[in-house]
Amino acid sequence: MRDGQIRSRWAPYVATLRYLALFALVCFFLMPVYALLVTALKSPVEVSVVRMWQWPSSLSLDNFRIVWPKLEEGFVNSMLMALPASIISSMLGAANGFVLAKWRFPGADFVFPLILFGMFIPYQAILIPMFQTMSWAHLRGGLDGLILVHVIYGLPITTLIFRSYFAGISEELIEAAKVDGAGMLGTFFYVALPIAPPAFAVSMIWQFTSAWNDFLFGVLLTNREYWPITVALNNIAGSQAVPFNEAMASALLACIPTLLIYVVLGRFFMRGLMAGALKG
Amino acid sequence: MRRFGSWGPGLLLVSPSLLALFIFVYGFLGWNIRVSFTSWRGLTPTYNNVGLANYAALTADQRFMQFDVPHIAIFTLVFVLGALALGFFMAMLLDKGVRGENFFRAVYLFPMAISFIATAIIWRWLMDNGGGASTTGLNKLVQGTGWSSFHSDWFRSDSKWAIAAIALPAGWALSGYVMSLFLAGLRGVPEELREAARVDGASEPKVFWHVVRPMLLPVLMSAIVILAHISLKTFDLFYAMDQKNIKIDTPALYMWFTTFDGGFYARGATIATLLLCGVAVVIIPYVWYSVRAERRR
Repeated sequence: MRDGQIRSRWAPYVATLRYLALFALVCFFLMPVYALLVTALKSPVEVSVVRMWQWPSSLSLDNFRIVWPKLEEGFVNSMLMALPASIISSMLGAANGFVLAKWRFPGADFVFPLILFGMFIPYQAILIPMFQTMSWAHLRGGLDGLILVHVIYGLPITTLIFRSYFAGISEELIEAAKVDGAGMLGTFFYVALPIAPPAFAVSMIWQFTSAWNDFLFGVLLTNREYWPITVALNNIAGSQAVPFNEAMASALLACIPTLLIYVVLGRFFMRGLMAGALKG
Repeated sequence: MRRFGSWGPGLLLVSPSLLALFIFVYGFLGWNIRVSFTSWRGLTPTYNNVGLANYAALTADQRFMQFDVPHIAIFTLVFVLGALALGFFMAMLLDKGVRGENFFRAVYLFPMAISFIATAIIWRWLMDNGGGASTTGLNKLVQGTGWSSFHSDWFRSDSKWAIAAIALPAGWALSGYVMSLFLAGLRGVPEELREAARVDGASEPKVFWHVVRPMLLPVLMSAIVILAHISLKTFDLFYAMDQKNIKIDTPALYMWFTTFDGGFYARGATIATLLLCGVAVVIIPYVWYSVRAERRR
């Protein structure tokens, strides 16, 4: 009882402190966004690094007009690359996940951790062989090679997402399909896939975000006209010589697709994060 | 052993994509290790055998030993501890349920959706080290709060610890992730367990220490492993921040420049192999225990 009284006497203060801390953290996380927005929305003549934190005297979209032509190609390239990469690796991941969860072959339990390890390797340790192989296969320079590597290195996480998801289907459902004479493909297409849209959402969002945000594979495997957005962004905004306002406006434009996904489909984004920590 | 007819079709369905994955992961890792035993330099591959000569040369390499290794150790230490502390703190703030929890969570986590390139471009300006009349970014912000003598050179500082400044954008990007992990862990502790301890007369701090803390250990392990491996392999954040700054040079950057700018393929492969070993030491036990824990369930 004594404990309860102490708690109630201090409770209002604790609650106030809690909210103060929460709001201070909101300020910390949004501070770069504030700097980005007010800079990008100032007219180019008003921009000055020293007055970075000041509110714009009038709103202007001129910075975006200046940088968009330089970014447009990269933006389109990234769309053409990230969409197929996320769709293909999710479909392959669905098949792998289904087999590893519900249509196991001997040794499946041994193969699974080997697949998972692929998710954590430092890509530096495969860059040289990948560069050689892609050059040899004439897949270096354009987007098809980049799509291929994003599909392959995306397989561990997509397989994991679908395996965890399909593990939740009851065995009776699978057995019932078998009794009805459905084979492996029939069960996959008519029993597993119809209930899989949530897993597809998680997997595609995760894959789209990683492909969109990737820099290393893009800079190694593509020529200038096929640069993804991250490489184009680094090229435009990556040197001190570039006007500060243009750097900020380009960074903002490059983030819009993944931020939109995050705002609209945050729930699925979260589940992808948990899967990435092996906590399906 | 069941008949092939029952499991064969499944194996056939997955084998093309798994074969591709195994070639691109294990085949390439092995190939890279093989390159680390050669003297390959320049565009034409050489597959001779010089034993451990590249590894020996690296231990005498000033850039690697004097800069990269201490840098990555300092960065990993500051980044992992910082992101853990901040993430855990945010999870504790949110755990008991506050009004607007979804809003706070969304704000703390949104940097995860942004590329390291964009993050670096924003933070490079925030951590500008101009002094006097050209003071800007965080320095200006802190001075504006009344601490008028504040000035930091951040990652351009002369200190050996300059690279620790990069833990700020890295922590900004990833501590929301740590928060989500801890929050999931905290919410996974059954309320009956806490209640039982309270009935036995335990105070709230004691409930936390004896009931909640032991159940958070696996989450802590996951968070450490994930942060540490990200720390070792991250390339683009440093590259876009200030790519020719030796003060924030790391093994991942050295590997890139020596291989693809300098043509020292054998040396690049050697650095990459060492990075792989560093990551494998934390990741292999982690994957092993995760899979085993799942089987026990």
